[in-house]
Amino acid sequence: MNSSLAWIDYSIIVIYFAFVLGIGFALKRHMKTSSDFLLSARSIPAWVAGLAFISANLGAQEVIGMAASGAKYGLATAHFYWLGAIPAMAFVGIFMMPFYYGSRARSVPEYLRLRFDEKTRALNAISFALMTIMSSGISMYAMALLIENLHIFDAPMRALGLPQSWIFHLSILVSALITLGYVYLGGLTSAIYNEVLQFFLIVAGFFPLVWLGLKNVGGWEGLVAKAPEGFTQVWRGMTSAETSPFGVEVFGLAMGLGFVLSFAYWCTDFLVVQRAMAADSMSAARRTPLIAAFPKMIFPFLVILPGLIAVALPTPTVAPEATPGAVVTQAESMGKGIIPAKVNSAGEVQFDTDGKPVLDYDRAIPNMLMHYFPTGMLGLGLAALLASFMSGMAGNITAFNTVWTFDIYQAHIKPHASDKHYLWMGHFATFFGTAVSIAAAYVAMSFNNIMDLLQLVFAFVNAPLLATFLLGMFWKRTSANGAFFGLLAGFGTAIVHHGLTLPKGASWGVKGGWIQVAEVYRTEMAQNFWAAIYAWTACFVVTIVVSLVTKPHKDEDLAGLVYSLTPHTVDEHPVWYKKPAVLGVVVVASAIALNVIFK
Amino acid sequence: MAIDIRVPIGLLFLVLGGMLVVFGAVTHFSDPTMYERSLGVNINFWWGLVMLAFGAGMYHYGARRVREQAPTTE
Repeated sequence: MNSSLAWIDYSIIVIYFAFVLGIGFALKRHMKTSSDFLLSARSIPAWVAGLAFISANLGAQEVIGMAASGAKYGLATAHFYWLGAIPAMAFVGIFMMPFYYGSRARSVPEYLRLRFDEKTRALNAISFALMTIMSSGISMYAMALLIENLHIFDAPMRALGLPQSWIFHLSILVSALITLGYVYLGGLTSAIYNEVLQFFLIVAGFFPLVWLGLKNVGGWEGLVAKAPEGFTQVWRGMTSAETSPFGVEVFGLAMGLGFVLSFAYWCTDFLVVQRAMAADSMSAARRTPLIAAFPKMIFPFLVILPGLIAVALPTPTVAPEATPGAVVTQAESMGKGIIPAKVNSAGEVQFDTDGKPVLDYDRAIPNMLMHYFPTGMLGLGLAALLASFMSGMAGNITAFNTVWTFDIYQAHIKPHASDKHYLWMGHFATFFGTAVSIAAAYVAMSFNNIMDLLQLVFAFVNAPLLATFLLGMFWKRTSANGAFFGLLAGFGTAIVHHGLTLPKGASWGVKGGWIQVAEVYRTEMAQNFWAAIYAWTACFVVTIVVSLVTKPHKDEDLAGLVYSLTPHTVDEHPVWYKKPAVLGVVVVASAIALNVIFK
Repeated sequence: MAIDIRVPIGLLFLVLGGMLVVFGAVTHFSDPTMYERSLGVNINFWWGLVMLAFGAGMYHYGARRVREQAPTTE
């Protein structure tokens, strides 16, 4: 599997970087106000915003992680798309966008300010700002680690006379500088344009990979026969927690993933909602998530199938007589398909408590690329991989600089300054946001556990927020104090739940159980799903109870912010395929059809 | 909108597709063994061709839009 890169591969990567920065330079002269820089002056057409909407979510963890999950659990991973994304995307487009876009709020926290009060906004703005910058750092770390392990830049580093140990640091520095460069120059518009470019590049890099892989294993029938049993079915074994690959039964899956976690992410996370808020009209804003839903539905075939194909291929055996000179390592021969076993720093294969080798599932995509792509296409595939890293990172940075500038700096540090000052602050926030991300990447490198814990905490921040938004948008009685204390109750519940539960086989600490182990879940995923369900329920109940005993807002203050006090949006488009409601029905029906076909 | 995104996307795909087509055509004769891993398919040439067609389409529609808008914008 030693595939070497040639000049053409490096040229493809360099040309891609040049285009990315070129778009930033071309947009630079249009960045005249803070609105141009942080909100794209609400000028993005629906299809561009839609592709950016999905691309911003398509970060490092998505591409590598979904293929890894495909190799580990099979097509059941598609639940993260067909159940865990599509319904929520249809919902945010049809029902929530009228309030986000119609209220003229510049960010999700600012909507909370308009609907509730300053303290609710501050709570959300600060937790969101921290969360985005940390996750940007974590994905930067993951990317640098991958590049180092793939040894793709070993040759040019040797040619430049630089030590191999610098690859990790240079990967972080170069990717951060390029992302910083194009966001700093062209702001949100530049990030959105590049996300669209990255979307097409990712499709161009992965489509031929899946085509070759499927051709190799004998088409879909061949894959069904060669992949582990049940791997090509989405719903197999889902009726009980014992047989479900995720360790959760249908209720936990539908409520935890399909409702709470998915709606919380797609409907309230500013990283994605920002793309729709930059659209050029209300109709375009509402269609943004719906347009995004179409490629999102197809993506399992691009990112999950490579993982399935990787485990369906024959496992290399030691000493193959057919190809002299080819060396099969112990890690490869103890793996599954072309997924190798995990090795420690001394090169020894790692075993789990049952004595089975631990597989390095994250290698699914990179190994597939090197298995099938010759020099040339390999460069394109790697450029696609880098594109996914950068679009995710840029998404975090643009969401961070907007929330920082409008919801933290303008709201609490320096209100009433000139627009020129906020434009300057937007630029500056882009710069220090990137710097803090780099620092976070090094923290992730040194303290893996701390980062695990942080990621867990962030998952708890979104779940209760969904209850706040649903009540805020659809029940006018919801009061500011109800929202604020409901959120706190939701966070608290998630933390207590974490302290009381453990996934199977884990010991107490970062994984939970630090108060007392009251419940053991079959998997970490089951623990997360149930944490989200409890956190959401606590926030929902406490918000209602506190709202009923506190003073409500006056009706006239809530026009345009709450469903019952907002005139219904009339679709200004006479063409049926541009009507959000029609698109929404088509999207949901297609997702149901996919679930039935691949059940 | 400041620039039509279809223009740079079209250009990038034209450049990368063109490179892959030429590289694929040359290596087809000079180094056919390198296509063993892609199941004997000259994936560089054929996929390069697809990218060229896509790039040309994107560029065409993007540039046409820019020309149409040119008299009305600054």
